[in-house]
Amino acid sequence: MSGFDWIVPVILTVITAATPLVFAAIGELVTEKSGVLNLGVEGMMLVGAVTGFVTATVTGNYFLAVALAAVAGGFMAFLFGILTLSLMANQVATGLALTLFGVGLSALMGQEFVGEPVASLSKLNIPGISDIPIIGPIVFGQDGLVYLSFVMVALVSWFLYKTKAGLILRAVGDSHDAAHSIGYSVIGIRYMAVIFGGAMSGIGGAYLSLAYTPMWAENMTAGRGWIALALIVFATWKPGLVLVGAYMFGGITILQLHAQAAGLDLPSQVLSMLPYLATVLVLVLISKDQSRIRKHAPACIGKIFHPAA
Amino acid sequence: MKLKHISTLLGAAAVAASMLTGASASAEDKVGFVYVGPVGDHGWTYRHDLGRQAVQNALGDKVKTTFVESVKEGPDAERVIRQMAADGHKLIFTTSFGYMNPTLKVAKQFPGVKFEHATGYKRMDNVSTYSARFYEGRYVVGKIAGKMTKSNVIGYVGSFPIPEVVRGINATILAARSVNPDVVVKVAWVSTWYDPGKEGDAAKALIDQGADIILQHTDSPAPLQVAESRGVWAVGQASDMSKFAPKAQLTGIIDDWDGYYVARTKAILDGSWKSEDTWGGFNTGLVQLAPYNKAIPADVIQLAEDTRKGIEDGSINPFAGPFNKQDGSVGAAAGSALDDGTLLGMNWYVEGVEGQLPK
Repeated sequence: MSGFDWIVPVILTVITAATPLVFAAIGELVTEKSGVLNLGVEGMMLVGAVTGFVTATVTGNYFLAVALAAVAGGFMAFLFGILTLSLMANQVATGLALTLFGVGLSALMGQEFVGEPVASLSKLNIPGISDIPIIGPIVFGQDGLVYLSFVMVALVSWFLYKTKAGLILRAVGDSHDAAHSIGYSVIGIRYMAVIFGGAMSGIGGAYLSLAYTPMWAENMTAGRGWIALALIVFATWKPGLVLVGAYMFGGITILQLHAQAAGLDLPSQVLSMLPYLATVLVLVLISKDQSRIRKHAPACIGKIFHPAA
Repeated sequence: MKLKHISTLLGAAAVAASMLTGASASAEDKVGFVYVGPVGDHGWTYRHDLGRQAVQNALGDKVKTTFVESVKEGPDAERVIRQMAADGHKLIFTTSFGYMNPTLKVAKQFPGVKFEHATGYKRMDNVSTYSARFYEGRYVVGKIAGKMTKSNVIGYVGSFPIPEVVRGINATILAARSVNPDVVVKVAWVSTWYDPGKEGDAAKALIDQGADIILQHTDSPAPLQVAESRGVWAVGQASDMSKFAPKAQLTGIIDDWDGYYVARTKAILDGSWKSEDTWGGFNTGLVQLAPYNKAIPADVIQLAEDTRKGIEDGSINPFAGPFNKQDGSVGAAAGSALDDGTLLGMNWYVEGVEGQLPK
């Protein structure tokens, strides 16, 4: 391929690879900011993926498919909430159980739909504008969920740092006892944050089964839920950096595939390692500045709140 | 750190799951299957599970088949296999190359249990190996690809650079170059057997680099979907994937384990089971081809069928010389052909493959 023709397809591929990560990570970020660690992202994404796929296949309505995927993810998170917030089960163990449950449940739900293709989520093609070289297809040629992912990052950022409700949510995550003592419902706020996180994971999953690879196959998330969890640490709990991290992760993965196809003489194992190496490198760099992590990491993360305490 | 713990826990959960399935079994002979992917992958594991179902259907209440899916290669596999053996399974099929050493380790501890390892090369008195000559299918596909390509670039989505996969790439380019000397193969390794997203991304990268036919040695139909949406050709893997790419799928290489699994299980029941090595191709039905795409011209279909029949009756050997290795040295001289030992250890590209083989 000559010149820079390859840039546009690469960027388009990076966008589709990063979008499910953005959804899952931005939702889980809100959950964690409220002080709850939900390791069930992978399971919630899978249930969202199968719900979205089944709905789209049966009804042909993609709006409904995405909405129900969000509801399904939110419902999974609600179950997690009952166990960890009301019944005070250990969050780490419950999150892992939620993933295992989600893997099994989604396989069961999708049993009849394995091997059924579905039309991909339609792209927003504005005649004339989408045809502008380079910028056209990248900025104006995406499906609705890509735009929504950016909107969600902006909304979450605005909510957490510019609104009173966001301040309260962060307070609950940093010191549940203090928030409780001045009259905020710690459990109620955490329920909302957990359910929001589940709904976002559900949409991330739906993006996989409706746009990224429009099909249902068991376990099709292939570990993206775990990557989303890692991205939050990578981003030191800052929404903007979650976006950067997701695109960096997607970008390096795609670039290494292109490097291989172009015949670059580097061991493919090294190339496959690159995204993880980059993550480690960034973690080392930001860990040098402890105050930064302390400022943004929720202090009460993973701790069970007992109102009597 | 976090991820490592989690995979350990998941492995433990898989063991627990196998204990549960084992506990409910009754007096029938139990036959276990260990799968690397989910049974719903529509590829490799899906076909093995069809084989398991064929055993259950053929032998009814004489056997009880169990399986554990998505078992990671490595220590997790060893735990799952050991648990199956301890549960009283008479015969255990371990269906991925990476299960080779775990299978042998467990087989040493359970001499009374018979094991069958797919695509490996190490045997013991109670361990058989079996595989299919998928490269025969790929050789036929290579002929079609060489005729159908316009860009003269074939894209190949590779999983891991093991002999099985390298052999497939080499068979493809040898066949393609025999009908079209200008063809090259570009390979993108994804370091996974099953990740639809990544497999699709690799296919996109290859198409963006000029490939107009996508072959794969990974297990999901995602590369075919990409080919369909980009308007290039593709070849199904392990099962007929034409549903995902009705226009793009030229044909597909189908693994059919049904007959083998039934025969081996019968051998356990009548006591005739012996440790052996099976490596069958078109001649045994282990390798089959999906229906040809209607868009393929009649003369190309004729060429493909002649090639398939020739391989089946032994008159065509895909790895017959003369051909060169990628570095220009002789791969096989005229009048000779590679033996099975060389094929099983193949760790070099033949001429026409671009890029370097990862070591």
